[in-house]
Amino acid sequence: MSTNPPEPIGPYVIGWAVLLLLLGVSVLAAYEPIGIFQPIVHFGIAFTQAAIVFLIFMKLRGQPSLKWVFAGAGFFWLIFLFGLTMVDYATRSGYPLR
Amino acid sequence: MFSGRLGAQYADAGQQAETAQLGMWAFIATEVLFFGALIFSYCIYRFEYPEQFRLAGHDSFILLGSINQAILITSSLTMVLAVRAAKADQQRALIWLLCATVALGLAFLGVKGYEYARDVSSHSVPVIDYVFKPGYRPPTEIFWCFYFIATGLHALHLTIGIVLVALLAVRAAQGAFSPSYDAPLEVIGLYWSFVDTVWFFLFACIYPLGRAGP
Repeated sequence: MSTNPPEPIGPYVIGWAVLLLLLGVSVLAAYEPIGIFQPIVHFGIAFTQAAIVFLIFMKLRGQPSLKWVFAGAGFFWLIFLFGLTMVDYATRSGYPLR
Repeated sequence: MFSGRLGAQYADAGQQAETAQLGMWAFIATEVLFFGALIFSYCIYRFEYPEQFRLAGHDSFILLGSINQAILITSSLTMVLAVRAAKADQQRALIWLLCATVALGLAFLGVKGYEYARDVSSHSVPVIDYVFKPGYRPPTEIFWCFYFIATGLHALHLTIGIVLVALLAVRAAQGAFSPSYDAPLEVIGLYWSFVDTVWFFLFACIYPLGRAGP
């Protein structure tokens, strides 16, 4: 039985280290008085971490376009979900009730 | 040697494995919408009641949330290394890495259980036992509703993942996987890493709030 040479371990270990580093940055940023930039920084870090996991750990990097379509489908429909909901919130008068 | 069962509709094992992976990606797309809607509803409330969410978020335990994120990140590494070991026909490494993934998943649930116990003792359970501190108004309870619903659903997903990976470990011990048959490992690995990804966003929603003072 033929066995393949093992995949290089480097990208996985580097990905793991960067994810932990970003966790550290996120915790440190939580204690910084950056006001309205707090959600931008923390969700930005979360998106970056998710991208690393999708590309390296879930192996989207170098995959055929069909797999990218499947992987992106949920996020594509999320745009409609968010967009149409925001249309309601942005145009409703007398909201929120105080 | 292909040791799995080849469905009649597939030309070869490679096509079957590709189809299984696409199926998991389709499932993950539904999960993105599921958790996306939950997190979006959180964002609307946080935008409307920023100060109350800041107060409520300060009562969460960021150290425990961070430990859990580190555990999940490491478990994603062990899971992907298990798939790598199967491709290289490293059977002992495969079994140990799957066991390590299960152990890390259980460690996450253990820390989460401890965190829930701390939440209960600090009277942060909405509806059942929630104490409004000075300056707190009902939107703080909305934050804790989100916390328990979101982290509870995440823990349920992780529990399913732990059971699946444990079953893979049993099958690996029986010699079920080989370089030419690792589709179940790949598919469950995708699910496991996705559950890890969800935690990144829940962490951003819950733990950094209200740490930097007014």
